[in-house]
Amino acid sequence: MTTTSTQTNGSGGSGMPIQERDRVTVRFAGDSGDGMQLAGNRFADATAVFGNDFSTLPDFPAEIRAPAGSLAGVSSFQISFSKHQIFTPGDEPDTLVAMNPAALKSHLSALTKGGLLVINEDAFTSGNLKKANYPSNPLSDGSLDGYRIIKAPITTAAVAAVDDLGLTNQNAERTKNFFALGLVYWLYDRDLQPTLDWIEERFGRLPNIAEANRRALFAGHAYGETTEIADAHVRVPPAVLTPGEYRTITGNQALVLGLITASHLTDLELFYGSYPITPASDVLVELAALREFGVRTFQAEDEISAIGTAIGAAYGGALGVTGTSGPGIALKSEALNLAVMTELPLIVLDVQRSGPSTGMPTKTEQTDLLQVMFGRNGESPLCVLAAKTPGDCFYMVLEAVRLAYQFVTPVVLLSDTYLANTAEPWPVPDVTQLDQIDIPYRKLEHVSPEEFEPYKRDPDTLARMFIPPGQPDLQHRIGGLEKSDITGDVAYSPENHQRMTDLRAEKIARIANFIPEVEIDGPESGNLLVLSWGSTYGAVFTAVNDAREAGHEVSHAHLQYMNPFPRNLGDVVSRYKKVLIPEANTGQLRMLIRANFLVDAQGYNEVTGQPLSARLLTERITQFASE
Amino acid sequence: MVLQTPPLEPVESIIPLADEDLKRKDYASDVDTRWCPGCGDYSILAQMQRGLSNLNVAPEKMVFVSGIGCSSRFPYYMNTYGMHSIHGRAPTIASGLKLSRPDLMVFVITGDGDALSIGGNHLLHVLRRNVDVKIFLFNNRIYGLTKGQYSPTSELGKVTKSSPIGTTERPLNPLSVALASEATFVARSFDTDPQHLTETIERAARHHGAAFVEILQNCNIFNDRAFADYTDRDVRDERLLYLEHGEPMLFGENKDKGLAVSATGLRVVDANGPDAGLILHHDATRPSPDVHQLLARCQYPEMPVPMGVIRQVTTPTYGDYLDSQIEVAKFKNRHDVTQLLKGRSTWQVE
Repeated sequence: MTTTSTQTNGSGGSGMPIQERDRVTVRFAGDSGDGMQLAGNRFADATAVFGNDFSTLPDFPAEIRAPAGSLAGVSSFQISFSKHQIFTPGDEPDTLVAMNPAALKSHLSALTKGGLLVINEDAFTSGNLKKANYPSNPLSDGSLDGYRIIKAPITTAAVAAVDDLGLTNQNAERTKNFFALGLVYWLYDRDLQPTLDWIEERFGRLPNIAEANRRALFAGHAYGETTEIADAHVRVPPAVLTPGEYRTITGNQALVLGLITASHLTDLELFYGSYPITPASDVLVELAALREFGVRTFQAEDEISAIGTAIGAAYGGALGVTGTSGPGIALKSEALNLAVMTELPLIVLDVQRSGPSTGMPTKTEQTDLLQVMFGRNGESPLCVLAAKTPGDCFYMVLEAVRLAYQFVTPVVLLSDTYLANTAEPWPVPDVTQLDQIDIPYRKLEHVSPEEFEPYKRDPDTLARMFIPPGQPDLQHRIGGLEKSDITGDVAYSPENHQRMTDLRAEKIARIANFIPEVEIDGPESGNLLVLSWGSTYGAVFTAVNDAREAGHEVSHAHLQYMNPFPRNLGDVVSRYKKVLIPEANTGQLRMLIRANFLVDAQGYNEVTGQPLSARLLTERITQFASE
Repeated sequence: MVLQTPPLEPVESIIPLADEDLKRKDYASDVDTRWCPGCGDYSILAQMQRGLSNLNVAPEKMVFVSGIGCSSRFPYYMNTYGMHSIHGRAPTIASGLKLSRPDLMVFVITGDGDALSIGGNHLLHVLRRNVDVKIFLFNNRIYGLTKGQYSPTSELGKVTKSSPIGTTERPLNPLSVALASEATFVARSFDTDPQHLTETIERAARHHGAAFVEILQNCNIFNDRAFADYTDRDVRDERLLYLEHGEPMLFGENKDKGLAVSATGLRVVDANGPDAGLILHHDATRPSPDVHQLLARCQYPEMPVPMGVIRQVTTPTYGDYLDSQIEVAKFKNRHDVTQLLKGRSTWQVE
C-alpha cells in the first residue's frame, strides 16, 4: 500500500470548534488483553498517513496475561505527534485513555495537569476497583477534579454496535479497543481509512470479526461527534518533513532490515544464531520468516550455542551474527573472547534491558556498556557501537558489518528496549545509494602459501589475514590459546604475549581513523557540553533545545561509536568548563570519559526502566549551566 | 507445516573428492605432538589420518573443531583447517560452520569432560538436530590436562585427586546419552585396535548426518589401564562383542557365545546350545533405538562390551531441511531488498 499524505477534515456535527495544536501526546492504557498495543499501532499508522512526525512508546508487562483487571496486567502505548520534527514519545501525555481502574491507577500520575481523561466507565465495577486497590470510585469521589473527563460506556456501546452479528459475548466485548480508537480518532481528527484498510487486510478472512471491528470503530467515532465534548476536538497539522518515501519502523525492525541489507551489500550469506530473549526475540522471529533472502536462522539450545554457531559461520566465511540482551551477553562472554583471540568478524547485537539478573525484561536501560567493554577475562578489546534512534539501528548494523570485516574483529552493537519497540517515521533508503562493504578475504583467494600467514597484518588497519577453510595449501589452525605474531602458532613467550596484547589493542584503537569525528551541536567551546550516547539522543536533543530556549548556552555531542571513541572526543570534552553526561544508568559513559580524558564530567542518571525524561533533564541542564 | 523430505545425496556429491590418491601423510601436520609418551591419543591420531585418507577428500575441505582438554589438542596435528575452541562448545562452532559451508567436512574432537560435563547440553542438541558433523569423544574417564580429577564417566567410588576417598556420583554412559538424543550414527571403538578404529572412523566420516563415536582411550598417567580388563589383547575375544550389521551377535575365542533377548534386557547364550537359534542378528539400521540402547548398556563383567557401529540410520540432516526451506522460499517468494525495506506500507512526503 502506498498512500499519499492528505489532510482529511473528519470533524462533524457537534458544532464544537476544532482547535489547532503543535503537538499532542496520547497514552492508551488497559488490561494486557484489551488490545492497547493494537490500538496504539493503528493510531500510529493513521498518524503517519496524516503526515505528522511522531514517536511511540509501548510499555507492557513481562507477564503474557496477568490476572484481568490487576495492576500487574496493565499495558500501555504512548504516541506523541507533532507538526514539527520530534525526537521523543513525550514525557507526559495530554490525553490518557483508561480502559479500567487499574489502568487509571497506574497511569494517572503521568497525565499532564488539566489533561484529558477518556474513561471506560463500564469497567469501573466494585470488583475492578478492588483489584486496583481503589477504596472508593474515583469517578465519583472527586479525586479526578482538575482533569477534563470523558466518561464513555465503551464496553456496552461496542457490544451494542455489534449486537446483531451473532458474536460470542467475549468476541463482542473484544471490539471495545476499536470503539475507543474511533473515539480518539474523532478527538484528534484522524482519517479512519488506513484502519479500515488494515481491518480488511487482517480480518478479511473472518468477515464477521472484520465487520464487528469496523462497526465498533465507526460507533466510537460517532460517539465523539454526537457527544458534546468541550475543548477536546483538536487538530495537529501535518509536519514539514524532508520529502521522500516514508515508512514506520521500530529499532528491532531496523536491525532486521540492516542485516538483510548488509548481506545483500556484501554478498555474504546471513547466519543468525540466537536464543529467545526479551527484547531481542523479534529479530530472530522476523529473520526466520525471510528464508528467501538466504537467511539461515538457528534457534540455539542456549545463549552460548547461539554465539558459538555464529562464530562457526563467521569462520566459514558467512555473515555470522548473534543477538541477545544483557543476561545473554553475560553467558556469551567466554565465546566472545574466543572471537577476540581468533580475530574473527562477528556481529553481536545487544538489545539492552533492565538488570541486574532477570531485572525488568520489558523495560529499558543503558546498563550494558561496561559489560560489553570489559566483561571478559584478560585484556580483550573489541569494537562497540550504539544506535541513537530506531531508524539509526539500520545504519549502525551496516557500520558494524563494515568495521567487523575491515578490521577482522567482533563488533557489539548496542540497542535497547526503548529503541527496539519505539516506532517512528523513517525515510526508506535507496539500496543502490548505500556504500558497498568490502570483504577483504575475497582478495586473498589466490594468495600463495609463501605469502600467507594467518596472523600477518594489514599495515594500516592491523587486520589479520583471515581466510575461511576450503582454500588448498593454506590449511592452518586457530584457537583460544595465545597466538604467535604472524604465524598464529601457539606461543607462550613473554615478549610475544606483550606484543600480541598491544597489537589487539592497537588494532581496535586504529578503528578511530576510519570512523567520523563526533559532531558538536552548538558552540565549539564554552560553558557546558552535554554528552550523550545511544537511545537517549531524542530526550537529550529535546532537553538541550529547551534549555537553549530558556536562555542558556549549551552544546550537545552524541556518541554512536563507544569503542574506540571518535578521535576528536578528548579534545572536544576539554574545551568546555563543564561536561554533563545524561545516561539511563549510574554513570557508565561518565566513568569512561573521566578515565580516558581526566575531565571532571558530571552525570544525570535515571535508572527507572523508562526512557530519560526530557523535562527533568532540562531542569538539570539549566541548573547545571547556571551553577 | 510438514517438512519436505529432500533426497539424500552421497558424500561425494556434496564434498568434492581430490584428484590424486591421498595418503596418510597428506593429513599429518608438521606440528610436534605434545601428548604424554604412551598416550592413547597417538594411536587415534594415526588411525584418523589413515581412515580419512581412504575417503580421498582433500585436507583443505576438512575442518577439525575441538574444545578443551588433552584430546582437544588434536586439530593442531592434522593438516586440515581447524579451531581449538573453548571448553565444551565445539559442537556449536561446528554446527554454525557446517550449516553455512555444506561443502566442508566438519569434525568435532572432544573428551569425556568436554562433551559430557561442561558441554553436555550442546552434545544432546547437535545429535538431536542431526547436523552433519562427525563427533569423536575420546573417553579416558579422567581429567588429564588438569592433572587427574574425576570425570563424568569415572566409575562410582573412584579415587582421584578431587575424590581422595572415592567419588560419590554415578557415571554417564556416552552411548546411552547419544542414543537418547536420537543420534543417527552411534559407534564405539578403542585405541589399541588400529584396524577396527580406522574402519569405524571411516564409517563415521561417510555417514550423512551427525555421527557419534566413543573411543576408549587410555591415559597412562592419570588413569592407566582404565579399559584393560576387556581391551587387553589376551582377553578381547572373550570380553568384547564386535558388532557387524546383519551378522549374529557372537563373541568368544571360538565365537561360541551370543546375545539373545531376555525378559529384562539381553543375556548371554551358548552358541552351540539349545538357545542358539535365539541369538540376535545386529540391525544397525533399525529405526527404533531399543535394541541399540540394550547393547549400549552392556557392561563388563556381566556382559561383553560392544564395539563397532551400534546404530546407523539415514534421515535428512538439519542442513538438508534448512537448505530446502531456503530453496523453496527463493522459488516462491519475492526477494527484492528494496521492496523489503518499504515494508507493508509507505507514504510519500511531498
